[in-house]
Amino acid sequence: MTEALPAPFAELIDDFQAVSAQDRLQMLLELSDELPDLPERYADADLEQVHECQSPLFLTVEVERGTPDAPVSLFFKAPREAPTTRGFAGILHTGLDGQPASAILDVPDDVVFRFGLAEAVSPLRMRGMVAMLARIKRQIRDKVTV
Amino acid sequence: MPAPRDENPAFAEYAHPDRLVSTQWLADRLADETADLVVLESDEDVLLYDTGHIPGAFKLDWHTDLNDPVTRDYVDGKRFAEVMSERGIGRDTTVVIYGDKSNWWAAYALWVLSLFGHPDVRLLDGGRAAWTAEDRELTRDASTATPADYPVTERDDPPIRAFRDDVLNHLGKPLVDVRSPGEYSGELLHMPDYPQEGSVRGGHIPGAKSVPWARAAQEDGRFRSREELSSIYEQEQGLATSDDVVAYCRIGERSSHTWFVLTHLLGFEHVRNYDGSWTEWGNSVRVPIETGAPAS
Repeated sequence: MTEALPAPFAELIDDFQAVSAQDRLQMLLELSDELPDLPERYADADLEQVHECQSPLFLTVEVERGTPDAPVSLFFKAPREAPTTRGFAGILHTGLDGQPASAILDVPDDVVFRFGLAEAVSPLRMRGMVAMLARIKRQIRDKVTV
Repeated sequence: MPAPRDENPAFAEYAHPDRLVSTQWLADRLADETADLVVLESDEDVLLYDTGHIPGAFKLDWHTDLNDPVTRDYVDGKRFAEVMSERGIGRDTTVVIYGDKSNWWAAYALWVLSLFGHPDVRLLDGGRAAWTAEDRELTRDASTATPADYPVTERDDPPIRAFRDDVLNHLGKPLVDVRSPGEYSGELLHMPDYPQEGSVRGGHIPGAKSVPWARAAQEDGRFRSREELSSIYEQEQGLATSDDVVAYCRIGERSSHTWFVLTHLLGFEHVRNYDGSWTEWGNSVRVPIETGAPAS
Protein backbone atom coordinates (compact mmCIF):
# COMPACT_ATOMS: atom_id res chain seq x y z
CA MET A 1 0.00 0.00 0.00
CA THR A 2 2.26 2.77 -1.21
CA GLU A 3 -0.27 4.58 -3.45
CA ALA A 4 -0.73 7.58 -1.19
CA LEU A 5 2.99 8.18 -0.76
CA PRO A 6 5.00 10.75 -2.71
CA ALA A 7 6.19 9.04 -5.90
CA PRO A 8 9.97 9.11 -5.19
CA PHE A 9 9.34 7.67 -1.74
CA ALA A 10 7.13 4.87 -3.09
CA GLU A 11 9.75 4.05 -5.75
CA LEU A 12 12.44 3.83 -3.10
CA ILE A 13 10.35 1.39 -1.06
CA ASP A 14 9.80 -0.73 -4.18
CA ASP A 15 13.54 -0.70 -4.88
CA PHE A 16 14.35 -1.88 -1.36
CA GLN A 17 11.62 -4.52 -1.41
CA ALA A 18 12.92 -5.95 -4.68
CA VAL A 19 16.32 -7.01 -3.33
CA SER A 20 17.87 -9.22 -0.63
CA ALA A 21 18.65 -8.02 2.88
CA GLN A 22 22.36 -7.73 2.02
CA ASP A 23 21.62 -5.63 -1.06
CA ARG A 24 19.35 -3.40 1.03
CA LEU A 25 22.36 -2.57 3.20
CA GLN A 26 24.31 -1.70 0.05
CA MET A 27 21.49 0.60 -1.09
CA LEU A 28 21.47 2.21 2.34
CA LEU A 29 25.22 2.76 2.02
CA GLU A 30 24.77 4.41 -1.39
CA LEU A 31 22.11 6.73 0.03
CA SER A 32 24.50 7.53 2.87
CA ASP A 33 27.22 8.44 0.35
CA GLU A 34 24.80 10.57 -1.65
CA LEU A 35 23.36 12.60 1.23
CA PRO A 36 24.04 16.24 0.26
CA ASP A 37 26.28 18.33 2.49
CA LEU A 38 24.66 21.04 4.52
CA PRO A 39 24.54 24.35 2.58
CA GLU A 40 26.98 27.04 3.65
CA ARG A 41 24.23 29.18 5.15
CA TYR A 42 23.59 26.49 7.77
CA ALA A 43 27.25 26.03 8.68
CA ASP A 44 26.89 27.70 12.06
CA ALA A 45 23.15 27.28 12.49
CA ASP A 46 21.57 25.68 15.52
CA LEU A 47 19.77 22.70 13.97
CA GLU A 48 17.44 20.33 15.79
CA GLN A 49 19.19 17.24 17.09
CA VAL A 50 17.40 13.90 16.75
CA HIS A 51 18.31 12.47 20.14
CA GLU A 52 16.75 9.10 19.34
CA CYS A 53 19.49 8.39 16.79
CA GLN A 54 22.51 6.42 17.98
CA SER A 55 24.86 8.98 16.44
CA PRO A 56 24.69 12.77 16.25
CA LEU A 57 22.13 13.72 13.63
CA PHE A 58 20.80 17.23 13.10
CA LEU A 59 18.09 18.43 10.74
CA THR A 60 15.99 21.36 9.68
CA VAL A 61 13.29 22.02 7.09
CA GLU A 62 12.36 24.99 4.91
CA VAL A 63 8.81 25.41 3.64
CA GLU A 64 8.56 27.75 0.67
CA ARG A 65 5.67 30.22 1.28
CA GLY A 66 4.50 28.38 4.40
CA THR A 67 1.35 26.98 2.82
CA PRO A 68 0.26 23.32 2.75
CA ASP A 69 0.88 22.98 -1.00
CA ALA A 70 4.34 24.58 -0.81
CA PRO A 71 7.43 22.43 -1.48
CA VAL A 72 9.57 21.48 1.51
CA SER A 73 13.37 21.36 1.53
CA LEU A 74 15.08 19.01 3.96
CA PHE A 75 18.56 19.54 5.37
CA PHE A 76 20.59 17.03 7.38
CA LYS A 77 23.91 17.05 9.16
CA ALA A 78 25.35 13.62 10.00
CA PRO A 79 28.97 12.51 10.41
CA ARG A 80 30.51 10.15 7.84
CA GLU A 81 31.49 7.84 10.73
CA ALA A 82 27.79 7.13 11.23
CA PRO A 83 26.76 5.75 7.84
CA THR A 84 23.60 4.02 9.04
CA THR A 85 22.19 7.21 10.44
CA ARG A 86 23.29 9.04 7.28
CA GLY A 87 21.60 6.34 5.20
CA PHE A 88 18.33 6.85 7.06
CA ALA A 89 18.61 10.57 6.37
CA GLY A 90 19.40 9.72 2.74
CA ILE A 91 16.17 7.71 2.42
CA LEU A 92 14.12 10.60 3.75
CA HIS A 93 15.97 13.13 1.60
CA THR A 94 15.67 11.13 -1.62
CA GLY A 95 12.03 10.27 -0.96
CA LEU A 96 10.67 13.51 0.45
CA ASP A 97 12.82 16.53 -0.46
CA GLY A 98 10.88 18.93 -2.66
CA GLN A 99 7.49 17.35 -1.92
CA PRO A 100 4.54 19.51 -0.83
CA ALA A 101 4.15 20.01 2.92
CA SER A 102 0.77 18.29 2.97
CA ALA A 103 2.14 15.22 1.18
CA ILE A 104 4.91 14.80 3.77
CA LEU A 105 2.47 15.28 6.63
CA ASP A 106 0.32 12.50 5.12
CA VAL A 107 3.17 9.98 5.12
CA PRO A 108 2.32 7.31 7.74
CA ASP A 109 4.46 7.53 10.88
CA ASP A 110 5.51 3.88 10.57
CA VAL A 111 6.42 4.06 6.87
CA VAL A 112 10.10 3.47 7.58
CA PHE A 113 9.35 -0.16 8.42
CA ARG A 114 8.39 -0.78 4.77
CA PHE A 115 12.02 -0.76 3.67
CA GLY A 116 12.68 -4.25 4.97
CA LEU A 117 15.61 -2.97 6.99
CA ALA A 118 14.57 -4.03 10.49
CA GLU A 119 15.97 -7.52 9.99
CA ALA A 120 19.33 -6.36 8.65
CA VAL A 121 19.73 -3.29 10.80
CA SER A 122 17.89 -4.36 14.00
CA PRO A 123 14.64 -2.85 15.26
CA LEU A 124 16.46 -0.78 17.89
CA ARG A 125 18.33 1.12 15.22
CA MET A 126 15.18 1.72 13.18
CA ARG A 127 13.86 3.92 15.96
CA GLY A 128 16.22 6.66 14.84
CA MET A 129 14.53 6.92 11.45
CA VAL A 130 11.04 6.92 12.98
CA ALA A 131 12.15 9.83 15.14
CA MET A 132 13.66 11.73 12.20
CA LEU A 133 10.38 11.56 10.30
CA ALA A 134 8.42 12.62 13.39
CA ARG A 135 10.66 15.64 13.93
CA ILE A 136 10.51 16.61 10.25
CA LYS A 137 6.72 16.53 10.38
CA ARG A 138 6.61 18.57 13.58
CA GLN A 139 8.89 21.22 12.08
CA ILE A 140 6.68 21.39 8.98
CA ARG A 141 3.56 21.82 11.12
CA ASP A 142 5.27 24.67 12.96
CA LYS A 143 6.06 26.41 9.68
CA VAL A 144 2.83 25.91 7.73
CA THR A 145 -0.19 28.15 8.05
CA VAL A 146 -3.38 26.28 7.29
CA MET B 1 50.15 -21.34 14.08
CA PRO B 2 48.78 -18.52 16.25
CA ALA B 3 50.25 -15.08 15.73
CA PRO B 4 53.17 -14.01 17.93
CA ARG B 5 52.41 -11.58 20.69
CA ASP B 6 52.91 -7.86 20.27
CA GLU B 7 56.11 -7.06 22.15
CA ASN B 8 55.25 -3.36 22.28
CA PRO B 9 56.86 -2.16 25.54
CA ALA B 10 53.77 -0.07 26.31
CA PHE B 11 51.82 -3.31 26.74
CA ALA B 12 54.41 -5.19 28.81
CA GLU B 13 53.23 -3.65 32.07
CA TYR B 14 49.66 -4.94 31.67
CA ALA B 15 48.61 -8.15 33.42
CA HIS B 16 47.82 -9.93 30.14
CA PRO B 17 49.72 -8.09 27.40
CA ASP B 18 48.87 -10.87 24.96
CA ARG B 19 45.29 -9.52 24.79
CA LEU B 20 46.26 -6.29 23.04
CA VAL B 21 47.88 -5.44 19.72
CA SER B 22 49.00 -2.12 18.27
CA THR B 23 48.12 -0.72 14.86
CA GLN B 24 51.74 -1.17 13.73
CA TRP B 25 51.80 -4.80 14.82
CA LEU B 26 48.59 -5.46 12.89
CA ALA B 27 49.84 -3.67 9.78
CA ASP B 28 53.02 -5.77 9.89
CA ARG B 29 51.05 -9.01 10.30
CA LEU B 30 48.78 -8.16 7.35
CA ALA B 31 51.85 -7.81 5.17
CA ASP B 32 53.15 -11.19 6.38
CA GLU B 33 50.53 -13.86 5.86
CA THR B 34 52.15 -16.76 7.69
CA ALA B 35 50.20 -16.54 10.94
CA ASP B 36 46.74 -18.04 11.45
CA LEU B 37 45.15 -14.68 12.11
CA VAL B 38 41.68 -13.30 11.37
CA VAL B 39 40.64 -9.69 11.94
CA LEU B 40 37.06 -8.83 12.87
CA GLU B 41 35.39 -5.42 12.90
CA SER B 42 32.57 -5.02 15.39
CA ASP B 43 30.82 -1.65 15.36
CA GLU B 44 27.84 0.05 16.82
CA ASP B 45 27.04 1.37 13.33
CA VAL B 46 25.96 -1.54 11.18
CA LEU B 47 27.16 0.06 7.91
CA LEU B 48 30.50 1.44 9.03
CA TYR B 49 32.42 -1.69 8.02
CA ASP B 50 30.99 -1.38 4.52
CA THR B 51 32.30 2.17 4.11
CA GLY B 52 35.84 0.79 4.34
CA HIS B 53 37.53 -1.73 6.61
CA ILE B 54 41.01 -3.07 7.35
CA PRO B 55 41.96 -5.23 4.35
CA GLY B 56 40.87 -8.82 4.92
CA ALA B 57 38.80 -8.02 8.02
CA PHE B 58 35.35 -9.54 8.44
CA LYS B 59 32.31 -7.87 9.89
CA LEU B 60 30.92 -9.25 13.14
CA ASP B 61 27.60 -7.64 14.01
CA TRP B 62 26.78 -7.77 17.72
CA HIS B 63 23.09 -7.83 17.01
CA THR B 64 22.66 -10.14 14.03
CA ASP B 65 25.67 -12.44 14.59
CA LEU B 66 26.02 -12.72 18.36
CA ASN B 67 22.44 -12.35 19.66
CA ASP B 68 19.86 -15.07 19.30
CA PRO B 69 17.05 -13.66 17.14
CA VAL B 70 14.31 -14.92 19.46
CA THR B 71 15.60 -15.67 22.96
CA ARG B 72 17.03 -12.68 24.80
CA ASP B 73 20.45 -14.30 24.97
CA TYR B 74 23.58 -14.90 22.95
CA VAL B 75 23.69 -17.49 20.20
CA ASP B 76 24.26 -21.12 21.12
CA GLY B 77 27.39 -23.16 20.49
CA LYS B 78 26.18 -24.43 17.12
CA ARG B 79 25.40 -21.01 15.72
CA PHE B 80 28.58 -19.57 17.17
CA ALA B 81 30.61 -22.27 15.43
CA GLU B 82 28.93 -21.29 12.14
CA VAL B 83 29.68 -17.59 12.67
CA MET B 84 33.32 -18.35 13.34
CA SER B 85 33.66 -20.94 10.58
CA GLU B 86 32.20 -18.62 7.91
CA ARG B 87 34.98 -16.16 8.70
CA GLY B 88 37.72 -18.74 8.42
CA ILE B 89 38.26 -18.93 12.17
CA GLY B 90 39.29 -22.19 13.77
CA ARG B 91 39.74 -22.82 17.48
CA ASP B 92 43.49 -22.11 17.20
CA THR B 93 43.13 -18.96 15.11
CA THR B 94 44.32 -15.68 16.59
CA VAL B 95 41.37 -13.28 16.41
CA VAL B 96 41.97 -9.52 16.51
CA ILE B 97 38.89 -7.35 17.02
CA TYR B 98 38.54 -3.62 16.45
CA GLY B 99 35.62 -1.25 16.15
CA ASP B 100 34.09 2.20 16.46
CA LYS B 101 33.13 4.14 19.60
CA SER B 102 36.41 3.45 21.45
CA ASN B 103 36.10 -0.29 20.90
CA TRP B 104 32.90 -0.65 22.93
CA TRP B 105 31.41 -3.24 20.60
CA ALA B 106 34.81 -4.77 19.91
CA ALA B 107 35.26 -5.33 23.65
CA TYR B 108 31.73 -6.70 23.81
CA ALA B 109 32.50 -9.12 20.97
CA LEU B 110 35.75 -10.13 22.66
CA TRP B 111 33.80 -10.82 25.84
CA VAL B 112 31.27 -12.98 23.95
CA LEU B 113 34.13 -14.92 22.31
CA SER B 114 35.46 -15.39 25.85
CA LEU B 115 32.11 -16.88 26.95
CA PHE B 116 32.83 -19.56 24.38
CA GLY B 117 36.39 -19.86 25.63
CA HIS B 118 38.05 -18.87 22.37
CA PRO B 119 41.71 -19.18 23.39
CA ASP B 120 43.40 -16.32 21.55
CA VAL B 121 41.34 -13.19 21.07
CA ARG B 122 42.87 -9.70 21.18
CA LEU B 123 41.78 -6.08 20.89
CA LEU B 124 43.35 -3.55 18.54
CA ASP B 125 44.37 -0.78 20.94
CA GLY B 126 42.54 2.41 19.94
CA GLY B 127 40.22 0.58 17.56
CA ARG B 128 39.04 1.91 14.24
CA ALA B 129 39.74 5.52 15.16
CA ALA B 130 43.44 4.81 15.81
CA TRP B 131 43.79 2.97 12.49
CA THR B 132 42.12 5.73 10.47
CA ALA B 133 43.90 8.53 12.34
CA GLU B 134 47.18 7.09 11.07
CA ASP B 135 45.84 7.04 7.50
CA ARG B 136 46.30 3.30 7.28
CA GLU B 137 44.71 1.37 4.46
CA LEU B 138 40.96 0.77 4.36
CA THR B 139 39.15 -1.06 1.60
CA ARG B 140 35.59 -1.61 0.48
CA ASP B 141 36.58 -4.92 -1.11
CA ALA B 142 34.69 -7.90 0.25
CA SER B 143 36.79 -10.27 2.35
CA THR B 144 36.59 -13.95 1.49
CA ALA B 145 37.42 -16.93 3.63
CA THR B 146 37.74 -20.65 3.28
CA PRO B 147 35.32 -21.97 5.90
CA ALA B 148 37.24 -23.32 8.87
CA ASP B 149 36.42 -26.20 11.13
CA TYR B 150 35.20 -24.64 14.38
CA PRO B 151 34.03 -27.05 17.07
CA VAL B 152 30.62 -26.69 18.70
CA THR B 153 31.57 -25.33 22.11
CA GLU B 154 29.06 -24.72 24.88
CA ARG B 155 29.08 -21.28 26.41
CA ASP B 156 30.48 -21.14 29.90
CA ASP B 157 28.67 -18.13 31.36
CA PRO B 158 29.20 -18.26 35.14
CA PRO B 159 32.88 -17.22 35.34
CA ILE B 160 32.50 -13.91 33.48
CA ARG B 161 28.76 -13.26 33.11
CA ALA B 162 26.32 -12.19 35.82
CA PHE B 163 22.55 -12.51 35.61
CA ARG B 164 20.03 -10.48 37.60
CA ASP B 165 19.79 -13.04 40.41
CA ASP B 166 23.56 -13.26 40.60
CA VAL B 167 23.63 -9.52 41.13
CA LEU B 168 20.94 -9.72 43.83
CA ASN B 169 23.13 -12.25 45.63
CA HIS B 170 26.14 -10.05 45.05
CA LEU B 171 24.73 -6.95 46.80
CA GLY B 172 27.24 -5.75 49.38
CA LYS B 173 30.21 -6.82 47.25
CA PRO B 174 31.98 -4.58 44.71
CA LEU B 175 29.91 -3.34 41.79
CA VAL B 176 31.16 -0.91 39.15
CA ASP B 177 28.68 1.28 37.30
CA VAL B 178 30.45 2.51 34.16
CA ARG B 179 27.71 4.82 32.86
CA SER B 180 27.79 8.61 32.84
CA PRO B 181 27.32 10.46 36.15
CA GLY B 182 23.83 11.60 35.10
CA GLU B 183 22.71 8.05 34.46
CA TYR B 184 24.22 6.91 37.75
CA SER B 185 22.44 9.54 39.79
CA GLY B 186 19.12 8.80 38.13
CA GLU B 187 18.83 12.19 36.50
CA LEU B 188 19.11 10.61 33.03
CA LEU B 189 17.71 7.30 31.82
CA HIS B 190 20.17 7.05 28.98
CA MET B 191 23.52 8.30 27.79
CA PRO B 192 23.50 11.94 26.77
CA ASP B 193 22.47 12.06 23.10
CA TYR B 194 21.57 8.37 23.01
CA PRO B 195 18.17 6.73 22.77
CA GLN B 196 16.94 5.42 26.06
CA GLU B 197 16.21 1.73 26.24
CA GLY B 198 13.01 2.20 28.15
CA SER B 199 13.88 1.86 31.83
CA VAL B 200 11.05 2.99 34.08
CA ARG B 201 13.41 3.92 36.93
CA GLY B 202 16.63 5.90 36.95
CA GLY B 203 19.47 5.35 39.39
CA HIS B 204 22.01 2.65 40.11
CA ILE B 205 22.39 -0.73 41.79
CA PRO B 206 22.85 -0.18 45.56
CA GLY B 207 26.47 0.16 46.56
CA ALA B 208 27.79 0.48 43.00
CA LYS B 209 30.85 2.64 42.50
CA SER B 210 30.60 5.18 39.70
CA VAL B 211 33.57 4.83 37.36
CA PRO B 212 32.59 5.98 33.86
CA TRP B 213 34.20 3.68 31.29
CA ALA B 214 35.94 6.56 29.50
CA ARG B 215 38.26 7.14 32.42
CA ALA B 216 40.15 4.04 31.25
CA ALA B 217 40.80 5.55 27.81
CA GLN B 218 43.11 8.26 26.58
CA GLU B 219 42.00 11.04 24.24
CA ASP B 220 42.86 8.93 21.19
CA GLY B 221 40.86 5.93 22.44
CA ARG B 222 43.88 3.85 23.48
CA PHE B 223 44.00 2.44 26.98
CA ARG B 224 45.68 4.31 29.80
CA SER B 225 48.86 2.90 31.28
CA ARG B 226 48.66 0.26 33.98
CA GLU B 227 49.84 2.79 36.53
CA GLU B 228 47.08 5.22 35.61
CA LEU B 229 44.45 2.48 35.58
CA SER B 230 45.66 1.20 38.92
CA SER B 231 45.39 4.64 40.45
CA ILE B 232 41.73 4.86 39.35
CA TYR B 233 40.40 1.39 40.17
CA GLU B 234 42.71 0.27 42.96
CA GLN B 235 43.85 3.39 44.81
CA GLU B 236 40.88 5.71 44.27
CA GLN B 237 38.07 3.13 44.30
CA GLY B 238 39.71 0.72 46.69
CA LEU B 239 39.20 -2.37 44.53
CA ALA B 240 41.63 -5.27 44.86
CA THR B 241 42.59 -7.75 42.17
CA SER B 242 41.29 -10.59 44.36
CA ASP B 243 37.83 -8.96 44.71
CA ASP B 244 34.69 -10.50 43.26
CA VAL B 245 33.54 -7.63 40.97
CA VAL B 246 30.47 -7.11 38.78
CA ALA B 247 30.46 -4.37 36.12
CA TYR B 248 27.38 -3.07 34.35
CA CYS B 249 26.17 -0.21 32.14
CA ARG B 250 23.02 0.14 30.06
CA ILE B 251 23.08 -2.94 27.83
CA GLY B 252 26.49 -4.43 28.57
CA GLU B 253 28.72 -2.99 25.87
CA ARG B 254 30.46 -0.19 27.79
CA SER B 255 30.88 -2.50 30.76
CA SER B 256 32.60 -5.02 28.47
CA HIS B 257 35.23 -2.32 27.98
CA THR B 258 35.66 -2.02 31.76
CA TRP B 259 35.56 -5.82 32.14
CA PHE B 260 38.48 -5.95 29.70
CA VAL B 261 40.40 -3.31 31.62
CA LEU B 262 39.94 -4.98 35.01
CA THR B 263 40.51 -8.53 33.77
CA HIS B 264 43.21 -8.23 31.16
CA LEU B 265 45.01 -4.97 31.89
CA LEU B 266 44.91 -4.99 35.70
CA GLY B 267 44.72 -8.73 36.27
CA PHE B 268 41.58 -8.94 38.42
CA GLU B 269 40.80 -12.60 38.89
CA HIS B 270 37.02 -12.59 39.15
CA VAL B 271 35.15 -9.95 37.16
CA ARG B 272 31.73 -10.56 35.70
CA ASN B 273 29.86 -8.44 33.20
CA TYR B 274 26.15 -7.99 33.96
CA ASP B 275 24.89 -7.70 30.39
CA GLY B 276 21.24 -7.28 31.44
CA SER B 277 22.55 -4.04 32.94
CA TRP B 278 20.35 -1.05 33.70
CA THR B 279 17.78 -1.84 31.01
CA GLU B 280 16.92 -4.99 32.97
CA TRP B 281 17.60 -3.81 36.53
CA GLY B 282 15.77 -0.49 36.14
CA ASN B 283 12.68 -2.34 34.93
CA SER B 284 12.69 -5.30 37.31
CA VAL B 285 9.92 -5.37 39.87
CA ARG B 286 11.05 -5.17 43.49
CA VAL B 287 14.77 -5.04 42.92
CA PRO B 288 16.37 -2.34 45.06
CA ILE B 289 17.86 0.77 43.51
CA GLU B 290 19.62 3.86 44.77
CA THR B 291 19.55 7.36 43.36
CA GLY B 292 21.82 10.34 43.80
CA ALA B 293 25.36 11.33 42.94
CA PRO B 294 28.31 9.24 44.15
CA ALA B 295 29.68 10.10 47.57
CA SER B 296 32.89 12.08 47.12
